[in-house]
Amino acid sequence: MKIFVCVKQIPDPNTVESKLDPATKRLVRTGVSLVLDPGDETTIAAAIKLRDSLGNSELTAISMGPASAQEALRRALAMGVDRAILISDSALAGSDVLGTARTLAAALKRENPDLIFCSTESTDGYTGMVPGAIAEFLGLPQLTFAREINVEGTKAVIKRVTQTGYEVVESPLPAVVTIASGSFEAIYPTMKGIMSARKKPFSQLSLSDLGLDPSQVGEAGAREQVLSIGKAEARAAGQIIKDEGNAAEIIADFLQRHQLL
Amino acid sequence: MDFSLNEEQLAIRNTCREFAEQEIKPRAEEMDRTGEFPYDLIRKMGELGLLGLPFPEEYGGAGADFLSYCIAIEEIARGDAAVAITMEAHTSLGAMPFYLFGTKEQKERYLPPLASGQQLWAFGMTEPEAGSDAGNPRTRAVLRDGHWHINGSKAFITNAGTDISGGVTITAVTGTRPDGRSEITNLIVPRGTPGYIIGNPYRKMGWRASDTRPLTFEDCQVPEENVLGQRGEGFKQFMQILDGGRVAIAALSVGLAQACLDEALSYAKQRRQFGQPISKFQAIQMKLADMAMEIELARLMYYKAAWLQMQGKPYSAEASMAKLFASETAKRAADQAVQIHGGYGFMDEYPVSRYWRNVKVNEIGEGTSEVQRLIIAKHLGC
Ligand SMILES: Cc1cc2nc3c(=O)[nH]c(=O)nc-3n(C[C@H](O)[C@H](O)[C@H](O)COP(=O)(O)OP(=O)(O)OC[C@H]3O[C@@H](n4cnc5c(N)ncnc54)[C@H](O)[C@@H]3O)c2cc1C
Repeated sequence: MKIFVCVKQIPDPNTVESKLDPATKRLVRTGVSLVLDPGDETTIAAAIKLRDSLGNSELTAISMGPASAQEALRRALAMGVDRAILISDSALAGSDVLGTARTLAAALKRENPDLIFCSTESTDGYTGMVPGAIAEFLGLPQLTFAREINVEGTKAVIKRVTQTGYEVVESPLPAVVTIASGSFEAIYPTMKGIMSARKKPFSQLSLSDLGLDPSQVGEAGAREQVLSIGKAEARAAGQIIKDEGNAAEIIADFLQRHQLL
Repeated sequence: MDFSLNEEQLAIRNTCREFAEQEIKPRAEEMDRTGEFPYDLIRKMGELGLLGLPFPEEYGGAGADFLSYCIAIEEIARGDAAVAITMEAHTSLGAMPFYLFGTKEQKERYLPPLASGQQLWAFGMTEPEAGSDAGNPRTRAVLRDGHWHINGSKAFITNAGTDISGGVTITAVTGTRPDGRSEITNLIVPRGTPGYIIGNPYRKMGWRASDTRPLTFEDCQVPEENVLGQRGEGFKQFMQILDGGRVAIAALSVGLAQACLDEALSYAKQRRQFGQPISKFQAIQMKLADMAMEIELARLMYYKAAWLQMQGKPYSAEASMAKLFASETAKRAADQAVQIHGGYGFMDEYPVSRYWRNVKVNEIGEGTSEVQRLIIAKHLGC
């Protein structure tokens, strides 16, 4: 099987305090340390697990980003991914969800994938819309919030996380699958993986390789516009309930009011 | 001159740093308290390829260079010194002799299970009567009917007594050389050989979760072919083994020193006295600045020694300098880290009290500081 996993390089959420540029209203990505999205690392772990259990399969990581994104792809290779594709083009800067998905879908289409893994959302932008848009561009079914995935014959079968447990959902292949965060244990790159990462196939594609017009992507093709940015409201201090015999009641009321009970 | 690490060296450093931070450090206090050997951690490290880093892939290793291996030791030691010494003794003292001096058959037979971490291996040089004077072992081996008959004992041997220890390579006197000095040969003794008796673990000041034991050989017999490489090469072999080991111990010391600085710095920023964080006092700043400077110098020195090794150039004096300076740097760093913590630093709940106990042995193992100075002086022509 030909399995793909879409990954992204983002400002390190563990060390960087995310900053927004007031002029562009975008996340500042220069002068900060960049890493493979930790969410994507668990998605890669899920994809590796499936590839190994299926046997006779190839796993390719694909990313759209500036040249520096090849470091994130190298990490994916060191973790055990077999091959990497970077789509990099100056015309792609400023792509919105649609532009990103259009580009990734164009590259994926050339590869005739059987299964495409995505994280539910990225750890920087958090829109969670790219996977659905990729599925739409490719005309493929999408399975979402998977905490377990198996291939049975020509079907993908997942356990889909719900508020109370999970439901079993299946779809014909090829399909796009999003992995629910925290469902798979993170894995470390192995030392052999690190040493062989540079020897694994790595291709870089530009817009013209994909037959896309610069007007469809990047700043030029963006339909999304960020109108304003603001600080998230600081969390208000909690409410302390002194137990005068009726604390349980007050708490139950509170939970009910917020529809948590 | 280029001081930057290459892509693989950086990736190995970052991965080991993450692994130490997430998997080792949270366990360090417990490992020190119970002294239990961390089999699960060692298994994970084996799976990641950390127990065969500098050996070629044909023997099951990761094929990393010597500097990468040392950097990995530094990062693991930043998480815990006992885990780092287990990795270091296994790699530099246990497996490396097979790789450097073993016959083709010996490499093919012994290295793969060691490089994968399925087995650990020990190197037994030190004896109750032969420590710094390791060139004068009392252990004897006599060749009779195609077997070496070994009698003697070893002291302070790392990694010989775990459930996954495969055996030990020992120095033994096998005769007298034409110049009248002892002929020393290194012999391979698999665990389970009759007459090879593994003693009880020592109770130690530090490195508690590492395995250290006395070994006894009572008419222990191994086949004639269990000579590591050539008969009579024992002294030359272990001098070379120790050169590499000392660079790795320097790296281990730097990792421990860095852990001391990490803890001291974060404590100094958070502890308030006289209405401000103690990091605002110049007296504390001077200590932190000295620690940072010495750590950087020690790191540069072990990088240089490792680089010389990789260039195939002589590096014995530099290995001693790196080990000596790094171990003494780590001792000063641990001492100042406790000082910066005040009374809390004397309490077991604070990692720096463990660092202070763990650091001392770095000035003793793989050649004491006095011996390192002797080696450096010898290179000066004294
Ligand atoms: C935890 C631990 C793990 C170890 N693991 C191993 C292992 O795996 N394999 C192994 O073979 N060994 C191992 N060792 C042994 C270690 O290498 C020796 O302890 C070390 O070489 C010193 O020998 P010694 O203890 O006999 O001290 P001694 O040689 O008796 O030294 C005592 C003091 O005298 C000084 N001294 C000795 N000779 C001279 C001289 N000529 N000039 C000036 N001063 C001198 C020393 O520097 C020291 O201060 C380990 C030791 C420890 C503590």
